[in-house]
Amino acid sequence: MNVVVCVKQIPDPAAPAALDAQSHTLVREGKLILDDSDAYGVEMGLQLAAEDGEVTLVSMAPNGEVSGLRTGLAMGAAKAILVSDGALKGSDALSTAKVLAKAIERAQPDLVIAATESTDGYTGTTPVQIAELLGMPSVTFAKKISVANGSVRVERQTEAGYDEVECPLPCVVTVTAGVVEPRYPSFKGIMAAKSKPVDQLTVADLGLDASSVGWAGAGQEITGVAAAEERGAGELVVDEGDAHERIVAFLEQLKLV
Amino acid sequence: MSIDKVWVLAEAADGNPVSTTLELLTKARSMAGTVEAVTWGGDAAAIAGTLGDHGATTVYDVGDLGGKLPGPVVAGAVAELIRSGNRPDVMLVPTTYDGRDIAGRLSARLDLPVLTNVVDLQVEGGEVRSQHAAFGGTQIVTARFTGDGPGIFVVRAKSFAAEASGGAAPQVQSISAPDLGATGAATIVERHVEERSGPKLDEADVVVSGGRGLGDAEHYAMVEELAKLLNGAAGASRAIVDAGWVPYSHQVGQTGKTVKPTVYIACGISGATQHLVGMKGSNNIVAINKDQEAPIFSVADLGVVGDVHKVLPKLIEALKARG
Ligand SMILES: Cc1cc2nc3c(=O)[nH]c(=O)nc-3n(C[C@H](O)[C@H](O)[C@H](O)COP(=O)(O)OP(=O)(O)OC[C@H]3O[C@@H](n4cnc5c(N)ncnc54)[C@H](O)[C@@H]3O)c2cc1C
Ligand SMILES: Cc1cc2nc3c(=O)[nH]c(=O)nc-3n(C[C@H](O)[C@H](O)[C@H](O)COP(=O)(O)OP(=O)(O)OC[C@H]3O[C@@H](n4cnc5c(N)ncnc54)[C@H](O)[C@@H]3O)c2cc1C
Repeated sequence: MNVVVCVKQIPDPAAPAALDAQSHTLVREGKLILDDSDAYGVEMGLQLAAEDGEVTLVSMAPNGEVSGLRTGLAMGAAKAILVSDGALKGSDALSTAKVLAKAIERAQPDLVIAATESTDGYTGTTPVQIAELLGMPSVTFAKKISVANGSVRVERQTEAGYDEVECPLPCVVTVTAGVVEPRYPSFKGIMAAKSKPVDQLTVADLGLDASSVGWAGAGQEITGVAAAEERGAGELVVDEGDAHERIVAFLEQLKLV
Repeated sequence: MSIDKVWVLAEAADGNPVSTTLELLTKARSMAGTVEAVTWGGDAAAIAGTLGDHGATTVYDVGDLGGKLPGPVVAGAVAELIRSGNRPDVMLVPTTYDGRDIAGRLSARLDLPVLTNVVDLQVEGGEVRSQHAAFGGTQIVTARFTGDGPGIFVVRAKSFAAEASGGAAPQVQSISAPDLGATGAATIVERHVEERSGPKLDEADVVVSGGRGLGDAEHYAMVEELAKLLNGAAGASRAIVDAGWVPYSHQVGQTGKTVKPTVYIACGISGATQHLVGMKGSNNIVAINKDQEAPIFSVADLGVVGDVHKVLPKLIEALKARG
């Protein structure tokens, strides 16, 4: 079974995120890393393709960035497709989906895995948009996946618990954190990753019109950015064995006890 | 341009509209003269009255889905309705599992963008501006659509307060999806419902949440006991959900629930931005953490620097003693 895993390469979340004052897009300077949310997808893909298939990573990122892809390749993915093009700057979720869908098509996957939502943009709509564009069914919020007889069986999180969902291949599945424990790349894996193929494509290579992506294709714009109202800190007490009394008094004052 | 008609995606559970649906209907009333709802799942007759009471004059009903996942089916039916010439200016979708699926499918079908993680909406000069909590809620971004509508907005729970309008029972009109081909093939074969006692997490007056500071899964029992004593609900940070201590339905935060109780009690939670975004709208916040520098204290009305294993048992005893 051939699995495509969508992997987003993002600025290190440990560094404070910022929006460019003029363009209102995410400042993406310095090295990008593999979004943690996608490490689960890579691991899941590797496990499902282990017997008879391989994992292809697909990513859209500015400036030919590959460091996040190398992490996924070091974990064990066979190859990667990277779409990188100046025309992609400012893309919204739908145009991102158009680009990724075209790239995914090339790998002819039986299964496409993405994360439920990314760490930085977290619109959470891209994978479903990809599925619709590819004419595939989709199952989101998977906390467990297995494959048998040409279909996937997914435990999908719900408000009240979970649903067992069955879906024929090919399809798109989005995974939640904790679906599997991602492996750490081994030294051997890291060395091997250096020589694994990364196919770099432009918007034109995909047969897409540059006016349907990036700033030109985005049907929305940011008109302002402001710091959220800060909620002030109140009283801080150090427990000397009686702090519970303070909490009781606090609850009393709210008439909750 | 003006905003005349707003559609609200009316999700229902256990025969009732989910609370975000009612919040969105209430907001929709202030945005446009005509408010209509789209629903599915075979509950239309049961929920129509409540939807009408919150402002919907027509309910478009996709009906029972026969176990199919709603995303493609509901989006397909809505897209058909729009193609037939009945189009809203704005479509409001609750941030739920199915809501996000439906919005994504609809967006790709109609080739229209979606604005997500919306926390506020304003109509200005006949145009909608949306506010978004970005970067774990530390920044508020204002956005608008630049092209033709309908504008699809996916709105987070608790962004607006629900208020009944006393509207009459709406007309219910059946709609259906065209042939969906392969896209509609995902089917629910079995449902698993976790047992819950006490109030729902996102409706409770008191929420007691536990985090990794509890040390291990067994100690979550303290959080549950305290929640029960206060007639509240027990919540959790993602760290302990991922660790498998508690089910996902307990998670509070960016990828979990948004709660706004009278009081939120955080026990052994550090206060990462992704957690804060789900609870900092609470009326009052109490935090217990052994690290004086923990970011949770920056939003706490009462912060206790202490060990949960010492403070919680005493707190539970004290509350029990009061009976
Ligand atoms: C604060 C902020 C708010 C935004 N709000 C909106 C909005 O309301 N509407 C909108 O249309 N756009 C919005 N955007 C832009 C949007 O984030 C980008 O267009 C982005 O390309 C879509 O990605 P996401 O991170 O939101 O995707 P999500 O839908 O959250 O991503 C889910 C998964 O899809 C896969 N995936 C997503 N992007 C890529 C990629 N580039 N390469 C490979 N795999 C990928 C990954 O597996 C990812 O985990 C916003 C951006 C920011 C920074
Ligand atoms: C895309 C994305 C989405 C996310 N969504 C969510 C979300 O929805 N909800 C969420 O919660 N998180 C979310 N997170 C994770 C978030 O970033 C944090 O990792 C998580 O909230 C940390 O959980 P925690 O506070 O329990 O654990 P930690 O950060 O490990 O904190 C444990 C705290 O317990 C304290 N402690 C330890 N021992 C004791 C003791 N004996 N007594 C008292 N205090 C003690 C420590 O001082 C520490 O502050 C998300 C992350 C990402 C990247």
